[in-house]
Amino acid sequence: MDMVTLTIDGRKVQVAKGATILEAAKAAGISIPTLCHHPDQAVKAVCRVCIVEIQGQRTFQAACAYPAGEGMVVKTNTPAVREARKLIVELILSRHPQDCLKCEKNLHCELQELAENLGIRDVRFEQEVREFAEDHSTPSIVRDPSKCILCRRCVYTCHEVQGVGVLYPINRGKDAIVAPAMDKDLADLACALCGQCTLVCPTGAITERDDTAKVWAAIADPQKHVVVQTAPATRATLGEEMGLPAGTLVTGKLVAALRRLGFDRVFDTDFTADLTILEEGSELIERVKTGGKLPLITSCSPGWIKFIEHYYPDLLPHLSTCKSPQQMFGALAKTYYAEKAGINPKDIFVVSIMPCTAKKFEGQRPEMNDSGYQDVDVVLTSRELGRMMRQAGLDFEHLPEEDYDLPLGISTGAAAIFGATGGVMEAALRTAYELLTGKTLEDVDFKAVRGMESIKEAAVPVDGLNVKVAVAHGLNNARKLMDKLAAGQADYHFIEIMCCPGGCIGGGGQPFGTNNAIRGKRIDAIYREDQRMEFRKSHENPVIKQLYAEYLGRPLGEKSHHLLHTHYTPRSKY
Amino acid sequence: MAVATKKPSVLSKSALAKVDQIIARHKDQPGPLLPVLHALQAEFKYLPEEALVRVAIGLDIPLSKIYGVASFYTLFNLRPKAEHVIRACESAPCHVRGAKEVIEALENALGVKVGEDTRDGRFTLELSSCIGVCGVAPAIMIDDEVFGNLTPDMVPGILARFN
Repeated sequence: MDMVTLTIDGRKVQVAKGATILEAAKAAGISIPTLCHHPDQAVKAVCRVCIVEIQGQRTFQAACAYPAGEGMVVKTNTPAVREARKLIVELILSRHPQDCLKCEKNLHCELQELAENLGIRDVRFEQEVREFAEDHSTPSIVRDPSKCILCRRCVYTCHEVQGVGVLYPINRGKDAIVAPAMDKDLADLACALCGQCTLVCPTGAITERDDTAKVWAAIADPQKHVVVQTAPATRATLGEEMGLPAGTLVTGKLVAALRRLGFDRVFDTDFTADLTILEEGSELIERVKTGGKLPLITSCSPGWIKFIEHYYPDLLPHLSTCKSPQQMFGALAKTYYAEKAGINPKDIFVVSIMPCTAKKFEGQRPEMNDSGYQDVDVVLTSRELGRMMRQAGLDFEHLPEEDYDLPLGISTGAAAIFGATGGVMEAALRTAYELLTGKTLEDVDFKAVRGMESIKEAAVPVDGLNVKVAVAHGLNNARKLMDKLAAGQADYHFIEIMCCPGGCIGGGGQPFGTNNAIRGKRIDAIYREDQRMEFRKSHENPVIKQLYAEYLGRPLGEKSHHLLHTHYTPRSKY
Repeated sequence: MAVATKKPSVLSKSALAKVDQIIARHKDQPGPLLPVLHALQAEFKYLPEEALVRVAIGLDIPLSKIYGVASFYTLFNLRPKAEHVIRACESAPCHVRGAKEVIEALENALGVKVGEDTRDGRFTLELSSCIGVCGVAPAIMIDDEVFGNLTPDMVPGILARFN
């Protein structure tokens, strides 16, 4: 590899040719402040906060964009550089609301942190904050453009990572703002509501809709029997939300925390993830045997569902008719569980803890009321649950490890891995293999479908059939697979799509600061959870067996069809 | 794949055919978006939303990006304008040479604020970024015609030429 040697702040640094000054400085242990820069995104160089002095150059240069050169002498910390950075941030602050204490992003705001790190105590410019209507049109995401600092991170994510592209800079100069076309509301757009924009926004311009007040009210209502379900991915991220290192597994503490918040029963979406495998695995087998629509595509990820409804409505018949685990849980909580516990379903209030903003939309879909009531009442993201725990003053780190309640809290390792890209596929293969062959699968690890590679393919011999599968995560990758499928070039049997990069562990409702390096740590945690489980195949879950025996009958049976399966809505792109 | 648009059409069938022709004419050239927008504006005097949606589908470019481009250039009209469009340059050279007073004189003479149309539908008054004639600052454009070295008292005479 070609290397270059340069001097940064008096220290010799050697980096690969093509590395930026920012990267070279990082390698030398020198941290240059940034704002528009994001480790998973292409260079934008629009905020200019990372400017440095390069010997022999007339003006400062943006370290995030400027390539390190042989013999270059760079200074990152001179009085003039510090002063210029301050000036830049003061100019940004002069157009930014100063209501930080009341902002959703308070203490999580990168602009706030930057102002502190640069020692800004005064803004030398007159405040000129632009007023925009806030967008509260969706159940998932709130936009407050007055807090937008034009860094374009959300634009990159929306277009390049998710292939959705509803946000873009409009107008010019001082009138420029990031907004949807024609300044429309998000609800009127082909937005997947994935919330990846909320993860990359450095300020409070795009956040999740906060539904915590509804949950506090339900908990305080003595009439209500409040049950909570926790998505597979949340056990790998709630610790991080509460200040523990990324990738800390906190299953037992999460259960303890939810009990202390006052939930009447703490159940697990992992239970219905196992159920999904039974239903979806049976659907796959049936489609293969009866010549049904193939490839079968997973339907767990609500951002993905909204995306395919808008962008590939012709491919909807490929989707599994299975509801997502969240919605299966809601339907069962207000039927099976209500009957077993002798509680009137109208008094049951179902709360979901999800890694996801799109789940809020899914919970409100008009068809999601097969129990006779809205199956899931409120969906909270990991971040909102973190907020509730802090409001309650929980000392999360020192909580004991507790177990989920029976019966809807029993699950397997196959369900846990739903939280990572490839997990649903792997869980389905574990069960499909045993159901089709009648043999025991000795090695349950299908490593070919794991990891952060954008599109993963594998062929698995099962009972004389070479099952061809593909896995994509992030909607731009999903788009590539769908284009192939639409062109008749995809001869897979089964495709797993997760809306968000890395799968649910990287979901739009996960802790702020999520990036691909952190996603990797969370994925490791998810597979550790799988390994420590007593059962690792969904069909071995004893409560699932009991549920079929005493209530549902069989997978794809009449009751399953009524409670656990759904239909989709073709939507337009514009 | 054909994707239906949500709203009922406001453009006539022949207008839509015209839009499709314009898209087809430029589709295969490199950087087709600006030529298409120019041709649409020449055809309709502004860029109707429905036409932009067809461009988005036809060129496979997100509508947000098309709107971003169309709203960046002040010479593109995103709504129907009055018969004559006055664009007063607001860039620095014009500003220091007295553009503010000229713009005020325009507002007074027309009885409108910047961004508005006169009630009789004759004039739209807008600001523009640099129109490239800094040598004769302050300057304005009315339709395609440039007027430079302006003082506020010259405004009524210039407007009279369009009446």
